Amino acid sequence: MATVEVTFTPLPAHVRTARLVATAVARRSGVDESLLDEVRLAVGEACSRAVEAHQKHCPGQPIRVALTDDGERFEVVVTDAVPADVTLPPEGVPMVAAPAGGNGTAPGAAPGGGAITEAGSAAANGAILQLPAGVGLAVISGLADDFRISPAGDGTSVAMSWKRRSGAA
Amino acid sequence: MDLKLGHYNKDGIEVVDVEGEIDVYTAPRLRELLIDLVNKKNYQLVVNMEKVEFLDSTGLGVLVGGLKRVRAHDGSLDLVCTQERILKIFRITGLTKVFGIHDSVDEAITARKAEK
Repeated sequence: MATVEVTFTPLPAHVRTARLVATAVARRSGVDESLLDEVRLAVGEACSRAVEAHQKHCPGQPIRVALTDDGERFEVVVTDAVPADVTLPPEGVPMVAAPAGGNGTAPGAAPGGGAITEAGSAAANGAILQLPAGVGLAVISGLADDFRISPAGDGTSVAMSWKRRSGAA
Repeated sequence: MDLKLGHYNKDGIEVVDVEGEIDVYTAPRLRELLIDLVNKKNYQLVVNMEKVEFLDSTGLGVLVGGLKRVRAHDGSLDLVCTQERILKIFRITGLTKVFGIHDSVDEAITARKAEK
């Protein structure tokens, strides 16, 4: 059973509430203060993705956020009611622009891939310049210690976790 | 905190002050402002993000969209940001290579003028 559960109607205004709750529970659960901004951003990305999917496919159904601090990890699972194959980018489509390198670069990033181009290059001449699909998931994968996306009933769950401080209650 | 937006002209460059949280709920307001400025023929933009407390990929999309619009008119969109927690999402997505990111509005304007 989750330590805290939040269920909300798929409206953008409620994403902030989910972020605030997740950050508060993460702090209480013993997640290091330096990681709280990452928890906030990652949970916001997962909820934003779910809200967008629900608004397109099932606006009457709620989104569920489960926060659990059992064991050594603090885990957040955002569950929606939209099958993953409807919302995920097609296989082979890069989720983010060329990685900047160093810590936090998202797995799945394709060097030189994506529609974003560098300043002064083709984009400066009016070429396509937009965020590729799935960038929110790529951000989560770059922020969370562990990240997975899987079918959950008729929908999709996005799970992410962070290490808790040893000895945290 | 909600989103507060303001803008002013300095040395021929339109500076957009952004304060608060840019997310899926508030980003449309920033998008509307950037579109409005471009429609009014402001093609040299600096977005001051020093008072931004939160930015997600929706906000990034708005900034990229703004950049696309001004570049269609041979313009520019530079950012002012020194906060590590905001810069991190630019690094993760590789967008540090797409935007000019500066430490102050004056630095952004000076750099833009130097490129002309």
